[in-house]
Amino acid sequence: MTSPFLTARRLDKTFVLHAQGGQALPVMRGLDLSLSPGKCLVLAGRSGIGKSTLLKMVNGNYRVSGGQLTLHFEDGELELSALPAHAWHLLRRDVIGYVSQFLRVVPRVSAREVVMEPLLARGCDVSEARARAEALLARLNLPERLWELAPGTFSGGEQQRVNIARGFIAEHPLLLLDEPTASLDAANREVVVQLIEEAKARGTAMLGIFHDEEVRERVADRLLELEGHMLLGGTDADRTASDHTSFRQTDSGESLS
Amino acid sequence: MKRPQLERPALLEARAIQRLYGPGKGCEEIDFTLHQGEVLGIVGESGSGKSTLLRVLSGLEAPDRGQVVYHAGEAGSVGGSPGKDEALDLYAISEARRRALLRMEWGLVHQNPRDGLRLGVSAGANVGERLMALGQRHYGELRAAGQDWMGRVELDPARIDDAPQTFSGGMQQRLQIARTLVTQPRLVFMDEPTGGLDVSVQARLLDMLRTLTRELGLSVILVTHDLAVARLLAHRLMVMRRGRVVEAGLTDQILDDPQHPYTQLLVSSVLTP
Amino acid sequence: MNTAIDSGYNFAYLDEQTKRMIRRALLKAVAIPGYQVPFGGREMPMPYGWGTGGMQLTASVLGADDTLKVIDQGADDTTNAVSIRAFFERVAGVETTTATAQASVIQTRHRIPEKTLRADQILIFQVPIPEPLRFIEPSEEETRVMHALEEYGVMHVKLYEDIAHHGHIATTYAYPVKVDGRYVMDPSPIPKFDNPKLHMSEALMLFGAGREKRLYAIPPHTRVESLDFEDHPFEIQAWDEPCAICGATDSYLDEVIIDDQGARMFVCSDTDYCNSRSEEKA
Repeated sequence: MTSPFLTARRLDKTFVLHAQGGQALPVMRGLDLSLSPGKCLVLAGRSGIGKSTLLKMVNGNYRVSGGQLTLHFEDGELELSALPAHAWHLLRRDVIGYVSQFLRVVPRVSAREVVMEPLLARGCDVSEARARAEALLARLNLPERLWELAPGTFSGGEQQRVNIARGFIAEHPLLLLDEPTASLDAANREVVVQLIEEAKARGTAMLGIFHDEEVRERVADRLLELEGHMLLGGTDADRTASDHTSFRQTDSGESLS
Repeated sequence: MKRPQLERPALLEARAIQRLYGPGKGCEEIDFTLHQGEVLGIVGESGSGKSTLLRVLSGLEAPDRGQVVYHAGEAGSVGGSPGKDEALDLYAISEARRRALLRMEWGLVHQNPRDGLRLGVSAGANVGERLMALGQRHYGELRAAGQDWMGRVELDPARIDDAPQTFSGGMQQRLQIARTLVTQPRLVFMDEPTGGLDVSVQARLLDMLRTLTRELGLSVILVTHDLAVARLLAHRLMVMRRGRVVEAGLTDQILDDPQHPYTQLLVSSVLTP
Repeated sequence: MNTAIDSGYNFAYLDEQTKRMIRRALLKAVAIPGYQVPFGGREMPMPYGWGTGGMQLTASVLGADDTLKVIDQGADDTTNAVSIRAFFERVAGVETTTATAQASVIQTRHRIPEKTLRADQILIFQVPIPEPLRFIEPSEEETRVMHALEEYGVMHVKLYEDIAHHGHIATTYAYPVKVDGRYVMDPSPIPKFDNPKLHMSEALMLFGAGREKRLYAIPPHTRVESLDFEDHPFEIQAWDEPCAICGATDSYLDEVIIDDQGARMFVCSDTDYCNSRSEEKA
């Protein structure tokens, strides 16, 4: 077995709700995981158990309340739970990619540009970024007439394909996949499976959530059972937690007020 | 894979800054470092002290206590030695040097474009002024730069000789941004750059600011009360309340997993249509 | 000294303390070419706008053996020039002249004589608005800082606007100059035709603004450059025809309407220059 790229040791997550008298809401306790390059670890557990919480912790959206979350590089470790805020955007640019369930729509930015952005952020040449973005969009069967349009008015499936292209284009060494196939038809699911297999072949480490059992079967190298770690799984308390997180706009279309 | 280089050189530091007009009015105990290429958002409600802080940081108002330290010293920096980091205490250097910094290496985008534009002269003269201040003395080149920048901020270059008064609010704001960015400053301060604009106009401006920030590699300190604007533009946020920073961190973290009671309240008060 | 014809006044009207104060300010102005020096301006027996600043300077530098010439727009015989000349005849008893070459002190409004001035002559300008930056920055506090820090970019904004709207620099008088590579200065409302005469002049040039109580100076042999753009260099006015009276082709010409049919001719604005040329020819 190759040495792991991402590890979690006794990872805890607790939300403290100040609006509700400072109530502490422990949602995760003592989670361990280990993920190697070229492998896809799939989070398993009932619907609503809070699987995205872990992805958001790895992506920096949620703070780590306890334990360690560590990236292992050839020349040393990087402890994510202690990473200073200014380092995150560079880490996301170069190391951690995130395909969320829903696209955060930025007004006026065309689908093509949305996909190009992760490359442009690295200073990639515009024409190269464009060529790679278009190749991916074509592969995901997004009609060419949509490339020039802002995805705000696209269907759920179309938006998701833009999101997938954006997530895969920059070939981050660690990819977080939050139900990337949820609103896709069979043909496009197949494309996503291929993209994941190609990423594995490149050595990408992936942590994913897949509802679709068939896709899960095909891409998962290992399942991580969350049942014992997620303390609020599927109960009323879980609803409280998701209420608490309902203002979080990462999962919904961004709106400008 | 090797560990990625996640540290960038510091560009601006606030060290224990205090500027109070009265108890809780103004700002105090402000400490942070802005790194090169970072966009830092300062959010809070009106009266939270964020505008006072911006004035102190941008060299317009001396603090009662503390220091604003600017790291000059790259080639081309005002009075700096090439390739050598030189930390300038903004309020300890001469007024001449401070104003030269403001004029040449920094930019300030006001909320109200009328505060940042010369309304009595043409759009082209507005864009060209900072270049002229830097010693550009070729009319044809000034004009070309004016037209180029009007295009970059999506203004019709054919209107280069029109007075800003004949422009809409959104167009004036874009003109102000062109006027500020034409000299490619290292550090830009923005005070509610989308405030007072219609929603559709805001969206256009935000997209433009995102693109320009990325293309020019700008470091930005952005004051806004609008969390959606902060989410879109800022890498990092500082949340201010009653003159103090109550929480600071990665933008997504502040908005998705706020820790401080006030931040939770602020974030949960935003309507999400 | 103090042999004033009208014994009710001190020589040259101002008291000696005031003259001393103004001379001290003038020395400072000479030491810092183009820099506006504040001075304690006095009330003169005429309204602001009629040359009170220039008169106070003249009164301060005038000696009993000086010969004074006063011109207004180049002419010795206009009301303003005649009044000021009569004033100093009465309160200082000095010689007066209309001949440029014979004058040791020349007070002027809006012109520099055509005849090249010499080292033993002083030219004193009447100045309405001494601050060249005011058109773009109304705050006096701010303009002083701008001068102190040489923040002169805005001066070119005005010239830029000229070219943008007229295709050329349309400023024709009070054309801003940079003195000795340092201070930007308003040369008073002389036509830009006269700007080159400021450069490396043999004569001392003094500028007085009565209302605003500011004076400034260009010492002899000082570099004075008119602001411009590389691709729109400074140019002076030119005429298609010579002076209708003396035939001069090198002087600043006034347009004169000579009948009610709209007929016109162009004649020298400098009356002494025109007269002396005509006399030479005759």
